[in-house]
Amino acid sequence: MPEATPTDPDAGDGDDGVQIDLISGERMENLTSMEKIRTVLDAVHEGNIVILEEGLAPDEESKLIEVTMSEISPDGFNGIEIETYPKAQTADTSFLGRLMGKEETKKLTVIGPANQIQTLHKDENLISALVSRR
Amino acid sequence: MGLLNGLKDSVTRVTERLFSASEPKRIGIYGPPNAGKTTLANRIARDWTGDAIGPESHIPHETRRARRKENVDIERNGKTVSIDIVDTPGVTTKVDYKEFLEHDMEKDDAVRRSREATEGVAEAMHWLREDVEGVIYVLDSTEDPFTQVNTMLIGIIESQELPVLILANKIDCEDSNIQRISNAFPQHETIPLSALEGDNMDEVYDKIAEYFA
Repeated sequence: MPEATPTDPDAGDGDDGVQIDLISGERMENLTSMEKIRTVLDAVHEGNIVILEEGLAPDEESKLIEVTMSEISPDGFNGIEIETYPKAQTADTSFLGRLMGKEETKKLTVIGPANQIQTLHKDENLISALVSRR
Repeated sequence: MGLLNGLKDSVTRVTERLFSASEPKRIGIYGPPNAGKTTLANRIARDWTGDAIGPESHIPHETRRARRKENVDIERNGKTVSIDIVDTPGVTTKVDYKEFLEHDMEKDDAVRRSREATEGVAEAMHWLREDVEGVIYVLDSTEDPFTQVNTMLIGIIESQELPVLILANKIDCEDSNIQRISNAFPQHETIPLSALEGDNMDEVYDKIAEYFA
């Protein structure tokens, strides 16, 4: 696993554009919930757009909202914009299904600073967003 | 003997709590800001206890602390369903104090309100993970229900396996669209109502009894 972080300051000058971090499911799978949340929020604080190949579990989404709220400050960070496709209705969400590892939580997720990303359209198959520089 | 009697009392209390059918369930009222959660909580509390829970307002994030009304006894078909209502702050992923300036608020007040709002949202999420046993999810039927907050919250509620009743509020408004909510969450039943006018509250109480008894 390479040691470079998604927010590597040597990776380029962010003044010229918007950095997009596409993070694979493999990179996230061995992280704890809090490490995943920090990976996302640290990048978002830098003004980056994060795209998670496999998204977060519901419990992690809940904690992400909670931690985001604790980091909002006036005239600074004012939160996140997050978009995922609505969960497929065919997913097996029963207790037995989850026990058997059949729960479908993998969903492409886009997260960015609330003041830089605006959702234009969202439905079951398409998320269209407008991203601006800081 | 005192110690023995104390132990006996403790065992009795625990046994009663474990097997009491009348122990009230904590039902959280959740939803995005300005959906009418406090209006509904007040309507239910006034109908069955005579008291209100908290102030209502058209300014977002009026409710910035979770408020609990205990022992609300709802009578349906000769039976009584006892619940504790928890009115929670509207959930969002962003709070900008500048939005409050549009409501004729001074900057200091707007900043304070936004700080309290962020604490309230975090508190609401904590209640959802730890402390509620059922959810009434309130949506403004004049608004698009296909938002990320709604998608995430319903997902979180489902993952906790909590019983959830989805209410399409504000049906007294001209541009109300109940079908849009039913389409957004087809896996759940959608009950229309106007918490402000008290429209269709009988069905709401029937469903509360059915879902949370």
